[in-house]
Amino acid sequence: MYVYDDFDHQFVRARVAQFRDQVARRLSGELTEEEFRPLRLQNGVYLQLHSYMLRVAIPYGTLSSRQLRKLAVIARKYDKGYGHFTTRQNIQFNWPALKDLPDILEELAEVEMHAIQTSGNCIRNVTADHFAGAAPDEIADPRPYAEILRQWSSLHPEFSHLPRKFKIAITGATTDRAAVRFHDVGFTMKKNDAGEIGFAVHAGGGLGRSPFVGFELRDFLPEADLLGYTEAILRVYNLYGRRDNKYKARIKILLHEVGRETIRDEVEAEFAQIRDTALKLPKADVARIAAQFAPPAFEALPEVSAIETAARAKDPAFDRWVAANVAPHKAAGYASVTLSLKPVGGVPGDATADEMEAIADLADAHAFGSLRISHRQNVVFPHVKRDDLPALFEGLVAAGLATANAGLVTDTITCPGLDFCALANARSIPIAQAISQRFADPVRQAEIGPLDVKISGCINACGHHHVGAIGILGVDRKGREFYQITLGGDAGVDARLSDSAGPGFWPDEVPGAVEIIVATYLALRTSRAETFLDAYARVGLAPFKAALASEEKAA
Amino acid sequence: MQIVTANRLIDGRVVFRDADGRWVESFAAAAVLDAAAATAALEAAGRDVAVRLIVEPYAVDVISEDGRLAPKAMREKIRVSGPTSGSEAAAHAALSRAA
Ligand code: SF4
Repeated sequence: MYVYDDFDHQFVRARVAQFRDQVARRLSGELTEEEFRPLRLQNGVYLQLHSYMLRVAIPYGTLSSRQLRKLAVIARKYDKGYGHFTTRQNIQFNWPALKDLPDILEELAEVEMHAIQTSGNCIRNVTADHFAGAAPDEIADPRPYAEILRQWSSLHPEFSHLPRKFKIAITGATTDRAAVRFHDVGFTMKKNDAGEIGFAVHAGGGLGRSPFVGFELRDFLPEADLLGYTEAILRVYNLYGRRDNKYKARIKILLHEVGRETIRDEVEAEFAQIRDTALKLPKADVARIAAQFAPPAFEALPEVSAIETAARAKDPAFDRWVAANVAPHKAAGYASVTLSLKPVGGVPGDATADEMEAIADLADAHAFGSLRISHRQNVVFPHVKRDDLPALFEGLVAAGLATANAGLVTDTITCPGLDFCALANARSIPIAQAISQRFADPVRQAEIGPLDVKISGCINACGHHHVGAIGILGVDRKGREFYQITLGGDAGVDARLSDSAGPGFWPDEVPGAVEIIVATYLALRTSRAETFLDAYARVGLAPFKAALASEEKAA
Repeated sequence: MQIVTANRLIDGRVVFRDADGRWVESFAAAAVLDAAAATAALEAAGRDVAVRLIVEPYAVDVISEDGRLAPKAMREKIRVSGPTSGSEAAAHAALSRAA
């Protein structure tokens, strides 16, 4: 993975020292809250319902076992013994004291981590496919480009005060696991007819109050132009983006209001001015960064593992776990493994310090010490020998982390909601817990098949409900929590926003409503091979809406 | 009826203003105020912001529920009792993590 050079080290340490001074000045009264707030936000520190919250960046979701051990130390020493992995591949600590934050940032710097650009109107942590560098359907590892973008955007003076936050995602694979069409800018790596690497560029995608599927600005952008073109997009956005109304300030609204073709023309015109400047990426620079992401030395192994096959035949729990949580790998005899942070009745995305340490140990034993955090709020071991899968499973069972539900109905994406978030209208986590209890039976979950349930506690949509096969949005109905259900959303290549399935439900009715949706799907699917989204594409909203409406009437 | 709440500057914890104008963690100790008293308490809270005890003070409507005083809004109930989702470490450890 990327290793800090001297510049990176000095830069992060200088920021810690600066923030230590700012906290001291706040506590001594030299700075008022109004003066201090933007400074703390620039260092990832929010004030939430119960306490301060620290958001730490996990660049493109890549984490080493050493870094995870440090996160465990921080959780135990400065927090309440756990952390929460977010839908932006970050980790949040929910209970740090202001006075401890400089020490926490200093400890993070020891393992090359920080909280810079995790808040505020700047270019945020660049996210990437969680199977990057491992997926068989990948053209190349997208993370070197994510790192190049990170370096370019880090405290870029021109883009530190954008009209609004700006999120970039990148994938190198044909299956979009990074939701690139729902980011301000999304890059999909591809090759042109000459076999050269480049990117399809989408812009103006996003969720929240006004959700949009991203618009394809460029079918093929040569690799060398990655920074020049991105800078051109940011310049046009910076110039025209609305600063007068925060609900209209994202680039998606600009594209919508000014017109996609107009903005594309503006970007191309700007790009023409700067394409041959220092922003042009020399091949040697790309190669130098890419070398830092070189895969571990894989052994030459047969495609099929006899050890795995025998264990699957013997142990139905292992068999189910492999079926749900183990994904193919580009190297024969290897796999990428999802460690679900969605135990039945648990808090989606939470991990205790003990669990983090157990995960780090298992990563060292079976996965080259390498880890990923997915935007689905799970942990990934990207490179595991298939022969090692039974041993890894045993380790996960011992740590209580062997939930076999990746991509199934209980593997919900869930925002913190009203239990933690100062902006929330309603709780998300208890809804996820109730759904996971209702569908706890692993055999039944496997029978239902892939089904994304995504839950947000307000219209900001951190829980991605607009792109859930089943989306659940918490709203305030006359001072009470109320949940609207949407259906048919897809964050992938067939990007699609979900459709409203009716007026909504009170909290205790939500699991029953999900049950009705699932039963409707099971009754109408043509076979097990027809997933929920396939069936939805075929029959549309009507049968689901009708089934839910009769339930609402009966209630 | 209202109480006045805020977050403590140094550690961010939820605090309530008691009858003596102190900031305490116990909701039960919060001073219950009528509209005029709440306005005065908020003014005093503003001074406590200036001397760096607290941040973001505001008044919260409270009602009698099952014979006990409780905030009216769910948001404020959660601020009083903590996350309802078992996110606290102890509850966490107790959770069954069986597959
Ligand atoms: S969706 Fe709303 S409630 Fe949920 S974390 Fe985002 S801002 Fe908070």
